[in-house]
Amino acid sequence: MFDIDIWQEILATIKKNKMRTFLTGFSVAWGIFMLMILLGSGNGLSNGVAANFMNDAVNAMWIWTGETTIPYQGMKTGRPIQFHNEDQEIIKKVSGVGVTSGRFFMGNTRYSYNKESGEYTTITCQPELKDVENLILDEGRFINQIDILQKRKVVVLGADIKTALFKDSTALGEYVNINKVPFKVIGISREPGSTKNRNAYMPLSTAQMIFSGSNRLHNLALTINAETLEESQAIEEQVRNALGRQHKFDPKDEGAIGLFNKLERYIQTMKIFQAIKIFIWIIGIGTLIAGIVGVSNIMLIVVKERTKEIGIRKAIGASPASVIGLILLESILITTIAGYIGLVLGTGLMELINYFMVQSAGAGAAQASEQGNTMFLNPTVDINIAIYATLLLIVAGAIAGYIPAKRAASIKPIVALRDE
Amino acid sequence: MIRLNNIHKSYEMGSNSLHVLKGIDLNIEQGDFVSIMGSSGSGKSTLLNILGMLDNYDKGTYHLSGNLIANMSEKKAAKYRNDMVGFVFQSFNLISFKNAMENVALPLYYKGVPRKKRNQIAMEYLEKLGLKEWANHMPSEMSGGQKQRVAIARALISQPKIILADEPTGALDTATSYEVMEILKEINASGITVIIVTHEHDIAAMTRQIIRLKDGLIHEIIRNGELKQFQKNYMKELETA
Repeated sequence: MFDIDIWQEILATIKKNKMRTFLTGFSVAWGIFMLMILLGSGNGLSNGVAANFMNDAVNAMWIWTGETTIPYQGMKTGRPIQFHNEDQEIIKKVSGVGVTSGRFFMGNTRYSYNKESGEYTTITCQPELKDVENLILDEGRFINQIDILQKRKVVVLGADIKTALFKDSTALGEYVNINKVPFKVIGISREPGSTKNRNAYMPLSTAQMIFSGSNRLHNLALTINAETLEESQAIEEQVRNALGRQHKFDPKDEGAIGLFNKLERYIQTMKIFQAIKIFIWIIGIGTLIAGIVGVSNIMLIVVKERTKEIGIRKAIGASPASVIGLILLESILITTIAGYIGLVLGTGLMELINYFMVQSAGAGAAQASEQGNTMFLNPTVDINIAIYATLLLIVAGAIAGYIPAKRAASIKPIVALRDE
Repeated sequence: MIRLNNIHKSYEMGSNSLHVLKGIDLNIEQGDFVSIMGSSGSGKSTLLNILGMLDNYDKGTYHLSGNLIANMSEKKAAKYRNDMVGFVFQSFNLISFKNAMENVALPLYYKGVPRKKRNQIAMEYLEKLGLKEWANHMPSEMSGGQKQRVAIARALISQPKIILADEPTGALDTATSYEVMEILKEINASGITVIIVTHEHDIAAMTRQIIRLKDGLIHEIIRNGELKQFQKNYMKELETA
């Protein structure tokens, strides 16, 4: 069935009807082309949004304090809530919580080195914050557990602070004055997906001691281990319950503590993209079906035109299977080749768009533009999709050829004897 | 060789049924050269179709080389046709996008003969029919007589027991017709049974047995002495024409 003769015959018939074959193939190529562009755009949008989420750990959660808004156990509303170090211990005990870091805000702090100085945000934290916020270290290291225990006066500077204070000279190991207290620089950090790196990180215990924080915390940052929306919401509820018990507020009180559950947002957003993807496949396959019907139609005409020829073949000994194979293979050949052209053009176009986007994004970063976030990233289709699409094409070609092939097989050899 | 016993065949034409063959009894022996004659609608083409296993019959029995030919699957019929029968058609029925050699080789393709081998055999048959230098020509580049010779080569290549020819000279001029008949005579001389359908008396006169059909029945079978008379009549007619 797959010898050279059958291909020669198919090529001969295709050559005889170049225009018709081209138009037939075009409908299939167009279907796949559109499918690839839709899938690529969907991927691009999805990747872009996912990348924005990746600026921090996807499973990050932040908790901050507020004032009660619901009366609870005889206490009226408007009571401020204050976190302390023990709250972090409470949170740690909640199942499903990963790493945690307490944070103490110092407001704007003045940094100075030699003659250079400036006001920057100081984030006081524990080593775990690096994982929550996905911080990138250009140089040196992040705060470690020994810094916390020994209350060392060390600081990690954001890249922009380093540039402002140190220019091109080495910052690592130097001492900067923070509100006139000297701190040793141990690392230079950057935040992913951001063009502003104007935060400095200091050990929580050091800050609480030096800057009269006692054991107060403003904010808790943590990661949670959850796979589904339900799990993440359950963890969120447990956190609220635990803190509610400690601080005597209604766990349903949205004002007492603020809570941002990133995983929940992430899962919800990704669900939307999943739905979009399904939608894209439906549209794409719909377009493709139009192409398949076109091919099927043409093959029916081909069979009709070749009725006599098929009759002759049968009269001289062609079996029905060989006739079916002939029509089916021609149909598969047209759809596969045309589809492949559409596939290559579609993915090629998306790659080209991606190439120019990467180029312009690079230029944008060089100009240090304010907008670091992109909603569109890597709008390409991966190789698996291309393989699936190829298989889809072969199946499509077989489907398109099925009815015509059956009709061809049912042609009686007597038609060869009839004169037209 | 061929044993037909009370063969009936009717076609459904909408609500009407057209009874074409109304009980044909016929024996054709190995090596016969038979022509089937009759006016249009007499059932001569239907008879040829049944002989060639291109069509089924409704009633009766048909034995070919001792095998009962009845209710065969398409696949089996195709194999029988390929092995036993060579067809020659009025309109040649060559495949237009294949050259002469490929057309001749086609039955061997369905027999599963490798490409090189079958093309070589096809060349031998073309040479026998004097068409060696036309092997690479397409059917559209050949004359009617040449095309029919290619078709005959194609019918012969699978070494059939029977050649069935439906109006083999119908589309040819007289001189070419006689050429083709000479070839068929030679084929017959080599021991192959040749059965032709024709409505031309002069063509029929060249065969050795004439079966006249009328209204779905065998009207008469002309052979031996009667045939001589028949031939004389039509040869005379030819000369005057």
